[in-house]
Amino acid sequence: MNVLIEWLVAIFVVVGGIFALIGSIGLARLPDFYTRLHGPTKATTLGVGGTIIASLLFFSWQERGLQLHEVLITLFLFITAPVSAHMLAKAAMHRDLKRMKGTRGEPWKQ
Amino acid sequence: MKRLLPYPSLTLVLWLTWLLLNGFSVGHALLGLILAVVLPLGTRPFWPQVPLVRDRMGLLRFVLRVAKDILLANLAVALKVLGPVKDLQPGFVEVPLDLRDSFAITVLTSTVSLTPGTVSADVSEDRTRLLVHALHVEDPQALVAEIKQRYEGPIKEIFEC
Amino acid sequence: MLESAISLTFGLLTVAWVLNLYRLVIGPSLPDRVLALDTMYINSIALIVVYGIQVDSKLYFEAAMLIALIGFVSTVAVAKYITRGDIIE
Repeated sequence: MNVLIEWLVAIFVVVGGIFALIGSIGLARLPDFYTRLHGPTKATTLGVGGTIIASLLFFSWQERGLQLHEVLITLFLFITAPVSAHMLAKAAMHRDLKRMKGTRGEPWKQ
Repeated sequence: MKRLLPYPSLTLVLWLTWLLLNGFSVGHALLGLILAVVLPLGTRPFWPQVPLVRDRMGLLRFVLRVAKDILLANLAVALKVLGPVKDLQPGFVEVPLDLRDSFAITVLTSTVSLTPGTVSADVSEDRTRLLVHALHVEDPQALVAEIKQRYEGPIKEIFEC
Repeated sequence: MLESAISLTFGLLTVAWVLNLYRLVIGPSLPDRVLALDTMYINSIALIVVYGIQVDSKLYFEAAMLIALIGFVSTVAVAKYITRGDIIE
């Protein structure tokens, strides 16, 4: 296997894993629900994006042709992540969840 | 032609998706084309009035800008997430909306959710205000101005509504 | 090279998964748990994709796609249920 491609695949896989981990660390350690919402919607989605780019490069190299179908997963996640975040934020406001000290502004009544 | 293909770009996207999923062959190209024509026709009553894209180059520029923002935003958010929790200043910020069309508002809220430390939490019933939760906000007014100028302006121009 | 990168990523993703599990268990609220599940399925997609690279098989793509579809629909359904007490109004 070509060394350059191998390095690229390795870098994208690891970067994807790191972003997924950062998102999950945010989920585990941030103090209230609204701040926890930020980790998964952005970092984890990008993490999957990284692994998918790696997989794309890897299979395009193996098969000697462009293999694009995995982009669909990333595309789908990037379209759906904001929707789930929005729905969960509404659910949290409906339940009137605690906010961390020093949060500015008020959520709306649901 | 207009009656057969109510949404030409939707047809194109469906066809490309089919080919991506199944690999390219003449049979799949034909089957995909049939589905791509039939599905928009069959689901037409489900679709509300979707605004047409006026400025295709603008759309491309917007997508590239958002992609760049997503990457940079993630690095910034990563530092915030790993840094000390006490220094965080989260806040709810209300953004007054100039957009009226529900599809354009959906595009804006999704963009806001994917970029710099902000998640859109709610849109008011009359679609005039957007509630945004920011992970770290020092100046709410500046955040509102940035969202309006950086994302809402271009969306308004792309859809001309 | 690639082998060790993949092993490292398996490690990273497993730690991420355990952190999600931690949040799922301690909650404290229902939306927190749903968010934890949501993150879990996204991390699982990453795991499956990386595993697909390791065993050099494209079959796993379908599994990842299905998890993405089903995970999204279930998160939205549960979130809606929490908000409205009903899924289809």
